[in-house]
Amino acid sequence: MKKSWVFAPILYTTLLLVPVYWLIAMSLKGNGEIMGRFTMYPHVIETRNYQTLMSDSAWYIGYVHALVYVTLNVLIAVSVAVPAAYAFSRSEFPGKRQLFFGFFMFRMIAPAILLVPFVQLASDLNIFDTHIAVAIAHCFFNVPLAIWILEGFISAVPREIDESARIDGHGTFSYFFKILLPQIAPGIAVTAFFCFMFSWVEFLLANALTAVDAKPIGGVMSRAGGVLSANIAMLSAASVIGLIPGVILIVFMRKHLARGFSMGRVV
Amino acid sequence: MLTRAETASFLAPALFVMLISGVIPVAFVLFYAVHDTFAGNDFVFVGLKWFQQILLSKEFYGALARSLGFAVLALAIQIPLGIYVALRMPASGPLASTLLVLMAIPLLTPTLVVGYLWKAMTLPKAGLLFETLRAVGLPLDMNSSAATWAVLLLMDTWHWTSLVVLLCYAALRAIPQDYYRAASIDGASRWALFRHVELPRLKLVLLIAVLLRFVDAMMIYTEAYTITRGGPGVSTTFLANELVQTALIQFDLGEGGAFSLLYFLFVAVVSWAFFQRIMPREKTS
Repeated sequence: MKKSWVFAPILYTTLLLVPVYWLIAMSLKGNGEIMGRFTMYPHVIETRNYQTLMSDSAWYIGYVHALVYVTLNVLIAVSVAVPAAYAFSRSEFPGKRQLFFGFFMFRMIAPAILLVPFVQLASDLNIFDTHIAVAIAHCFFNVPLAIWILEGFISAVPREIDESARIDGHGTFSYFFKILLPQIAPGIAVTAFFCFMFSWVEFLLANALTAVDAKPIGGVMSRAGGVLSANIAMLSAASVIGLIPGVILIVFMRKHLARGFSMGRVV
Repeated sequence: MLTRAETASFLAPALFVMLISGVIPVAFVLFYAVHDTFAGNDFVFVGLKWFQQILLSKEFYGALARSLGFAVLALAIQIPLGIYVALRMPASGPLASTLLVLMAIPLLTPTLVVGYLWKAMTLPKAGLLFETLRAVGLPLDMNSSAATWAVLLLMDTWHWTSLVVLLCYAALRAIPQDYYRAASIDGASRWALFRHVELPRLKLVLLIAVLLRFVDAMMIYTEAYTITRGGPGVSTTFLANELVQTALIQFDLGEGGAFSLLYFLFVAVVSWAFFQRIMPREKTS
């Protein structure tokens, strides 16, 4: 491959990072500098917004709430999807194709459609404004996604391994936990990554299903952002912190993701 | 091969979760769609009244046309761009993994943050986009529908193109080197290599990328709402904005339900068409 080829992805990635740079720059400027004149970089570095975010529980608790329901969601989605994906990969039963499509279709539904029923259900079940309400709501798109990805990974495990495990005296469940799970560990990591991502970025449901006790950072920002220009530096700082979990995750998952990408299907 | 009982027990947890978080909420929507209500307490069966009302309403077709138009434009930009960048990516090495990490950042940006960021980008003085365009003599007027659309498309492209890149990159890495060697022995041109070796191998991920981007772009909500609240006028009021407006702000559950159901049917048909193409291929590959 010629060296010059790399130019396009570097340019593309640089352009993608320009708005990210701008967000960081705004978060370090004062509101006066942002609205007063156009500056390419913060002339006076203001860290006050970050200090507020870190010290005022009204702000930082929003990140904690979001992380709690996202983690719950990933745990639920992955743990129910692994066995289901296994069944889809290794079993033949009537209506299998239709059932697989049935799951698949829910991933295609927009959150806005299920908004009212979720709010209704959450209040009927007395779980409105709890983390579990959001975690369960986010399952409707993450469980199908997880099954979809994992089915690809499990189908990539040769059936000969099933046979030899059976000869070695493993039953179905023993095979599933002792042989299959370690084999598809990268697939589980990739799945968890995608579930995390889609739950972390979702705002509409997470905001509608919470009021005070589980209000995610997006909800806090949205409340503070009524007049954008008055709070722009603060909202930028809050946004920058909102990027961090994703960046940490992707840096740590880098190796797994690369392996996962090459092993199975993704998304 | 699993026994029936084993299959059922492996599927049961996922079915249970989907029952609560998918099937029951959809059943609620179905119920709302054929009932009228006062303040959500007493429900009166009204048959297909809401469907008639929606199918006769200009707002619905307007929003549908805008959503479709937005989705088609977004795909027309993002799919070719994503393929192109993926083709030009180094196959491995530290540069490749650094680029992959960096280009995934927009994907992990919360939708609300995406909205704020791009709103801020278009403000005078505060916004880099606004100031850059002004510097080159193209003042950005967010009261113009065309400018707002361009900003929304740019934002969506910024947000999601990397998904296409990542999917295509993964599929390209799975092509055995022998194919490339054979092609170079045959003296195949770059285009021929793409057309006959790479594109067929990309078909599956591209179908998936198109489907995902299509349904997501059709239902863009948070970002568009944050930037212009659906304006100027109704020029960026998409299906989801219309739906949230009807169902939550006016609290018209029936009309919102019927609206949702029509959208659901539309998505089901589109997904099924894609699914038919995706699944048979998969079993053979």
